[in-house]
Amino acid sequence: MLNIIWPVFIVISIIYAIISGNIENINSSIFESAENVVTFSLTLIGMTCLWNGIMEIASNTQIITYISKILKPIIKKVFPNMDENNRAYKSIIMNLIANILGLGNAATPLGLKAMEELQRENKEKNKLSDNMMMLIVLNTASLQIIPTTVLTIRNSLGSKNPTLIIFPVWIATISAAVVGILVTKILIKINK
Amino acid sequence: MQIINYISIVAMPMIILLIIINALKEKTQVFNIFLKGATDGIEIVLKIFPTLLGLFVAIGMLRSSGIIDFIIKIISPVTNFFKMPSEILPLALLRPISGSASMAIATDIIKNYGVDTFIGILASVIMGSTETTLYTIAVYTGSVKIKNTRGILIAGLAADITGIIVALIICRILII
Repeated sequence: MLNIIWPVFIVISIIYAIISGNIENINSSIFESAENVVTFSLTLIGMTCLWNGIMEIASNTQIITYISKILKPIIKKVFPNMDENNRAYKSIIMNLIANILGLGNAATPLGLKAMEELQRENKEKNKLSDNMMMLIVLNTASLQIIPTTVLTIRNSLGSKNPTLIIFPVWIATISAAVVGILVTKILIKINK
Repeated sequence: MQIINYISIVAMPMIILLIIINALKEKTQVFNIFLKGATDGIEIVLKIFPTLLGLFVAIGMLRSSGIIDFIIKIISPVTNFFKMPSEILPLALLRPISGSASMAIATDIIKNYGVDTFIGILASVIMGSTETTLYTIAVYTGSVKIKNTRGILIAGLAADITGIIVALIICRILII
């Protein structure tokens, strides 16, 4: 996928910039991006290590067992062949909880941990497994109860009713997740 | 708003507290276990760093080249037909590929058109209900070095488009 998208982005950007006389902007953006990615990754190292550590503690206690009992019906429906003994099961549960609570910074490290464990049991190492596809699509759907970041922005810009958006966000995000899951189910069947 | 603010603030500390108290109750060696997990974290970030670098540079070029404005000019007749306000288009286009860029644009839109106007609310709902699809897919597949993604991008984009359309419809119904 990125083998196509990545070169296309670069080639059309440079060609368009040359045509529209915008080429200096490309230069500065290259330096800027290479710098930004380091700052971003350093922040990410902190968050990832922290949440991996917390997750390791959680998976050594009974807490995940309780939560997974509650989420079991949903997990069974969405993940085609997933049982509680699966190593990735705990990480997937924690990832979903972090998403639902709007803790984006925590959700990514937990999701990556789940990917690592799913890869261990994956039969074709170069290809996404069915469960991996579902995990990814759930993470692109932004399932959250409270859209914290947007609420903060609305509040800081002086909204009279910052929380007005919560109900519309629920409807939109659930619709998006349902469509995402359905399309993934189809993809799983078509692209074996 | 205050209650919701409070819930968002206490969510993360509460989870940590709950996990640690449970661990103490079960008499586990909490800090040793924490260190074991945290050590694995470094490797995960190192693995996705090249993916991040590639994405940041390509998306940075895309934004600075000005081609996004050009694409908006081309597709605006179609979106106008569906009564999608053209002010929202840059946000809708950038949302799947860049989290920081779309956040900057959303803030800009909300500032310019007013936080409680139709456009301001629509931009907020779109930001709250969609995710940076391309980044998520790249990082998740990159972390385990998988190349065959079985068309998962289609599912992610379908979810984004649905989120944006439903946001538009529900804002039209709720706000007149």
